[in-house]
This record gives sequence, C-alpha cells and structure tokens, in this order.
Amino acid sequence: MNAVTRYLKSLLLIELGQGLMVTLRYFFRPKFTINYPEEKTPMSNRFRGLHALRRYPNGEERCIACKLCEAVCPALAITIDSTQREDGTRRTTRYDIDLFKCIYCGFCEESCPVDSIVETDVQEYHFENRGEHIMTKEKLLAIGDRFEESIAENRRQDAAYR
Amino acid sequence: MPDTWMDQLIYMVILILKIVAIVVPLILAVAYYTYFERKVIGYMQIRRGPNRIGPLGLAQPFADVFKLLLKEIVLPENANKFLFLLAPVVTLGPAFAAWAVIPFDDWMVLADINAGLLYLLAMSSLGVYGLIIAGWASNSKYAFLGALRSTAQMVSYEIAMGFALIGVLILAGTLNLREIVLAQQGGVLDWFWLPLLPLFVIFIISGLAETNRAPFDVAEGESEIVAGFHVEYAGSGFAVFFLAEYANMILISALTALMFTGGWLSPFEGIPVIGDTFLGEGSIFWFLSKTVVFMFIFLWVRATFPRYRYDQIMRLGWKVFVPITIFWVMFAAVISVFGLIVRGS
Repeated sequence: MNAVTRYLKSLLLIELGQGLMVTLRYFFRPKFTINYPEEKTPMSNRFRGLHALRRYPNGEERCIACKLCEAVCPALAITIDSTQREDGTRRTTRYDIDLFKCIYCGFCEESCPVDSIVETDVQEYHFENRGEHIMTKEKLLAIGDRFEESIAENRRQDAAYR
Repeated sequence: MPDTWMDQLIYMVILILKIVAIVVPLILAVAYYTYFERKVIGYMQIRRGPNRIGPLGLAQPFADVFKLLLKEIVLPENANKFLFLLAPVVTLGPAFAAWAVIPFDDWMVLADINAGLLYLLAMSSLGVYGLIIAGWASNSKYAFLGALRSTAQMVSYEIAMGFALIGVLILAGTLNLREIVLAQQGGVLDWFWLPLLPLFVIFIISGLAETNRAPFDVAEGESEIVAGFHVEYAGSGFAVFFLAEYANMILISALTALMFTGGWLSPFEGIPVIGDTFLGEGSIFWFLSKTVVFMFIFLWVRATFPRYRYDQIMRLGWKVFVPITIFWVMFAAVISVFGLIVRGS
C-alpha cells in the first residue's frame, strides 16, 4: 500500500469508522448475561458441590465407617471415628469434612462402596461464623435428606456411563 | 429594565426560577447519562448493564449518588485544604454556567447575548482551572501528573475547537447562538455540518479531548496514574467532579447540535409532505434528540477505542487538527464571501 492511500485512509477515519461499526453491530446482538439468581446456566449431573451423606430408603444411614474416603482424600479433609453400635454394625460416631481443606475432587464419592458420601450439585452456600466450615455428620445427613431427590436423579442419569 | 425594588425582586425571582428550570433537568440528565453510559457500553460488550435497582435498573443513578454523598470526605494530610475544596466547585461552576446561553428553542434561552460563542469558549476554558487546582492541591504525584496531562491536552484541543467554531462563525456571521441556529434554516442540507464537514468531525473529536473522555482520557489514565487529578477525592467531592464531567459532555453534545446540525430546527424542514406537518416545525424536541445522538456518540466512541498514547494525542491536536481547521476556515471564508452557500431565508 503506498503512502498516499494510507494517508487518505487515516485522514478519512476509515478504520475508525469500521471499528465503530463493529461495536454498533454488537450493540444489537442478543446479550450473553444470565440474570443469575433468577436464571441459571444448565448444570452437569456430575457437578461436584456441597457434600452429603445419604440414607437407605428405610432411613438407615448408608455409611459403614470403612474409612476409604478418609484414606483416599488427597487434602486430608475427612476425619472419621467409628464404633460398634448395639445391633453389632459398625457405624461412625464422627464424620467431619473440613470444607476449607476440601478440593472437591470427588474421590470420596468414587471410593465409597455404599454410595454414602456424595457431592451434590448444590453450589450456593456460605458460612457466617467461624467453625461452620466443618461439616459434621448431622449436617451432612441433613443435607442428604434435603436433597435426596436430586442426588438420586443425578446418579440415575449418570449410571449408564460408569 | 425594572425601576422599583419590587420590580427588581420579581425580576430576580423569575431569573432564579429560570436557572432552576435549566439546572435541575441538567442534573437529572447527568444522573441518567451515567446510567445510559453503563447500559450502552454494556450492550456493546454483549452485557445487559445495570438492571438490579428499580425497574430496568432505572433507580441506579440515585443509588450511586446517595452512596457517594453518604461517604466520608477525606482531606489529605498535606493537601492545601482551601484549594482542595475549591477545585470541585471551580470545575462545576463553568460547566453549569455555560448553559446560560444555550438556546433550547427559538425563545427558550436564559441569556440571549450577542457574544454567546465567546462566552462558551471562555467557560469551557475556565473548566481547566478546576483540574489544575485539584491536581495541585491534592499534593499527590498521580493527581499532579493527571492535572498536567489534562491541562496540556485541553489547551491543545481548545485551539482546534476554537477554529472549528470560527468556521461556524464565518458562515453564520454572528456570535449569537440563536442567530447561528437561525442561519442554518432550510433543511438538513443547509445545516453547517455539510459545508463544514471536517470542522464538524474535528469539533466532535476535540470535544472528546476537551472533556477528557475516552480515547483521550489520559488525565484519568486509571492503569498508569490511578485516577489522575481526582485520586484524592472521595464521596461528594468526587461526585461533583463526576457531575461536571458529564455536564460538560452534555454541553459539548448540545453545542454540536447547535453549531452544526441546526439546533432546534427540524430535519424535515423543506421536505414537501412531512415538512408541512408539525414535524416540520422547529421545537425543543429536535434540539434534545440531536443532543442525545451526540451524547450517544461519546459513549459509542468510549466503548470502541483504546486510549491514545500521550504523544499521539499531542501530535493529533497540533499537527493534524490545527492545519486542517486553519485550511477549512479559509475555505469557509472563501465560500462565504463568494456566496457559494445559499443561506436559509
């Protein structure tokens, strides 16, 4: 390109005009924004969010205190104490997950032989006081009870691919 | 002229009411201009812009204003307190005062003075003092750098802007803004933007530089000098600078509408069918819609271009705009003298 055309191009603001046209085109594009609390993006059934402990349909907790999750946890976020219950089964007396340590890798869920510890698709949670990041057995079971429907549905959808 | 003190009092009250009738809508316009800006820039970035507070986010400007007003005013330890507090006022004053001579319609003007154009140039120049004072009184290196930058820039672009207005002045043959608009009568092709096309473009670009807007916003330059001349201002001081900046942007838009696109004159004037209906009559509606178009251009440009490098700004101002404007002013003089432009009746 010779100097004269380049000079004319810059003098007539041609490239600036082209730039303006680009932004004007985008001005009329449909917007990407999702109005978050009202609208949500679709979520995978494999999403690894807040943890939960599940129960059998008869109300018995699934966890048998095998401690595989505690062993596999790469962040050492899980702490389990167990004892023998009156009926002779082994159960946990303490099942703590430190959510500040947890890296949400999902290994606990993979290792669990009875599908007890799971990661739900709940991602909207927060803590307001110190110590709340320790999820105790009671809290985890409560979460499991509350979201059992969606947990079971997500497992069912994913079952064919495992 | 009023004789008795009673007449004078009434005159004063009416005058104050007129000023309020200009300033209050102006402040509201500034508030919604910020909203408009965020929406426009958001849309150009395929976002939605503010839409949380009030329906469509329309209460957003008030939320912003009250947030700023309720904040603490911080006086820097080593600042010159008097000048530090004076600077926002000095910036805001001219930005509002300039509106006195703006004719919104044939009769709607606060001060129909003959030297209106000169008054406007003087007022827009005075605004620089606010920036210099703010930058100097803050006693902060960033504020000082920002003040120096904006001073040099505004002084440079004022020349190009002044020359662009001289072109208008030559064609209109008057400094009175109302008569400048009346000289453009006769339809879109009789407006001054056509014979003064380069000056029209240069006026808009210089207007961007005058108001320190993107892509000439090196005075703020948040990536290199934090926020430029108003780093040290918080709360209401900052709000006043903000108000002045946006009032200036609206002012430049209004000036462009007046000088180059026929102010309140209708674009349908002279067109056979539509021109005979009410659409063909000049009204404040046309003036405001033209102003809004130029206000949109300000935002459009901001959403499009990255910031100029400082030496490029100076080069553009002195080595491109000044020669072009001088040439075109001479050209305008020639066509004016030889009557190549048919003036509207």
